[in-house]
Amino acid sequence: MATKTAAKKPSKAAKTTRKSKASKFSKATYIKWYTDMLLIRKFEEKISQLYIQQKFGGFLHVYIGQEAIAVGTVSGSQKGDKHITAYRDHGHPIALGSDPRVLAAELYGKSTGCSKGKGGSMHFFDVERGFMGGHGIVGAQIPMGAGIAFAEQYKGTKNVCFCSFGDGAARQGALHETFNMAMNWNLPCVFIIENNNYAMGTSVERTTNVTDMSQIGASYDMPSFIVDGMSPEAVHEAIEEAADRARKGNGPTLLDIRTYRYKGHSMSDPQKYRTKEEVADWQAKDPIDHCLKVIKDNKWLTEKKITEIQDWVKKEVAESIKFAEDSPLPTPDELYKDVYKEEYPFIKEYLA
Amino acid sequence: MKTVQFREALREAMSEEMRADENIFLLGEEVAEYNGAYKVSQGMLDEFGEKRVIDTPIAELGFTGIAVGAAMNGLRPIVEFMTWNFAILAADQIINEAAKILQMSGGQIGCPIVFRGGNGTAGQLGATHSQSFEAFYAHVPGLKVITPSNPYDAKGLLKAAIRDNDPVVFLESEKMYGDKGEIPEGEYIIPIGVADVKRAGTDVTLVSFGKIIKECHAAADELAKEGISAEIIDLRTIRPIDYPAVVESVKKTNRCVVVEESWPLASIASEIAYHLQNYAFDHLDAPVKRVMQSDTPFPFSPSLMAEALPNPARIIAAVKSVMYK
Ligand SMILES: Cc1ncc(C[n+]2csc(CCOP(=O)(O)OP(=O)(O)O)c2C)c(N)n1
Ligand SMILES: [Mg+2]
Repeated sequence: MATKTAAKKPSKAAKTTRKSKASKFSKATYIKWYTDMLLIRKFEEKISQLYIQQKFGGFLHVYIGQEAIAVGTVSGSQKGDKHITAYRDHGHPIALGSDPRVLAAELYGKSTGCSKGKGGSMHFFDVERGFMGGHGIVGAQIPMGAGIAFAEQYKGTKNVCFCSFGDGAARQGALHETFNMAMNWNLPCVFIIENNNYAMGTSVERTTNVTDMSQIGASYDMPSFIVDGMSPEAVHEAIEEAADRARKGNGPTLLDIRTYRYKGHSMSDPQKYRTKEEVADWQAKDPIDHCLKVIKDNKWLTEKKITEIQDWVKKEVAESIKFAEDSPLPTPDELYKDVYKEEYPFIKEYLA
Repeated sequence: MKTVQFREALREAMSEEMRADENIFLLGEEVAEYNGAYKVSQGMLDEFGEKRVIDTPIAELGFTGIAVGAAMNGLRPIVEFMTWNFAILAADQIINEAAKILQMSGGQIGCPIVFRGGNGTAGQLGATHSQSFEAFYAHVPGLKVITPSNPYDAKGLLKAAIRDNDPVVFLESEKMYGDKGEIPEGEYIIPIGVADVKRAGTDVTLVSFGKIIKECHAAADELAKEGISAEIIDLRTIRPIDYPAVVESVKKTNRCVVVEESWPLASIASEIAYHLQNYAFDHLDAPVKRVMQSDTPFPFSPSLMAEALPNPARIIAAVKSVMYK
């Protein structure tokens, strides 16, 4: 059994049990983190504007502030691993290399979208890259993530499933059933609480007497760690270590990754439950700024090269939106497709 | 042909399919070491080992979600619910996830999974242990729903369900597991979505499914003595319903009674009645009648139970009413 770190007393600000030395990670890693996080951030800033202009509908939950978790998870994982998360799901596929064009098209409900316009913002999928979806029912992906890991174990691969969910989702009963079985069955699953301290307008401390969420693993004997979610280095290290444990057949890990969403829960959130100062405190730890600083401090890129990255990101975002807007909507015959694997005549014929 | 119990027919279906495909496994409460709460999986642990016949804790939502995740990632799970009443706790995973993942992923992720277990009333078990779920699950696009009424159908349909690439809800009955019937020695499959004429007749169509079909047979025997010839259609599959089979029969008999072991509102019977008025209106000589379970939580006391369930006398009365006798 792996060693366990005693969970520390919680505080509002992220406290971390591990410190990363920038030196451990390469120039290429920092540039990749910076580029990917910037792409996620700029993509979401743009789609937020477009949403306000009512260019597309549905719910929109942006990941802004939490990007370090997606990129640290992806850099700390391997090809063949699987990823599953909730409805705040734009960051993971971008970090995994999904084309932002098809993601933008999905927001618009276009046939070229990553889910053919049938999922929307909350239900992005990119199975080819191991992204097993955004899921809209809070906490439903917790047992599903364990099941994806179960299948890897059953097939005898060394792949791991990274199962992300919010601090609010962690209060679902399904978590407890799943943690119990995942430990009992030794599943190669890393459970990741993306702990941004709020479930919509409800803070962690208002919904529990045990505010240190890393303690949730304790009653199942699950190795559990608190991780600084504003640090891609810390996330990467924690992920790598947890994944290694899973790959060696030593079962699941719980990571309570402390992070923050700078924006409202969704686009219609007046944010009365928190102060501007609190938001500013967290923004001061911004992971994109941090990576850029490391790159500059180490003189890894010239200003010109940095501007080139920023311009490339801008262009990617602009082209993504253009692709989405130019793409066709699904034709009416798509309505009955993908409901069943095989053609299913009864529906059309008789439910007219 | 050989004679087997309903539970053996189910076991044969699972075991044959598991021998043919490594990716199929069975999980649920008491399925392995205890050999199944109703002994459906007896001996399967011995044959397939603990990797493929898996005991779970009492955590319907959790183990169903794990099975759904496994199905999303290339396996073909069979989930046994001790009874479907307990699967209500897992409804999120069945309805919100299994039924919808193919569509919401734009066809990228399917969910080839069978959910099976005991359904409906089973004696004096009280209201929480006596519910039928055909109408509940048949309501949900993305699912297929099957209720077999005898061992032959059970085996053929369960094999079809296991091979199906979509999620299938398979409704059995605690009261039927001991029922005996003939099945072929060799392998056979019954396609999903095809009803079966269990008894041919000319004067009235009885539409039913599951164990309550026995009451239809008893009623038909009585009616025959009075010179009334009843045709019994066993839907077998509740989603997709074989509407043409029902419509064709009614075009011949011009009268229909639906017999269902469940509550009347938003039932399969109401659905059948809708289709008949829509597709056989000119052929109907009387309004469609239904014989249902009482619109109450199912009672405990034997006298109330008898009052609550469809029985031959009520079926006969309904038939006579549609025949204006
Ligand atoms: C089962 C369920 N209950 C309620 C909701 C509505 N809802 C959507 S998001 C949310 C808050 C979840 O917060 P958290 O898990 O912390 O994730 P975050 O939004 O912070 O990423 C709620 C209550 C839902 N989608 N599903
Ligand atoms: Mg949260």
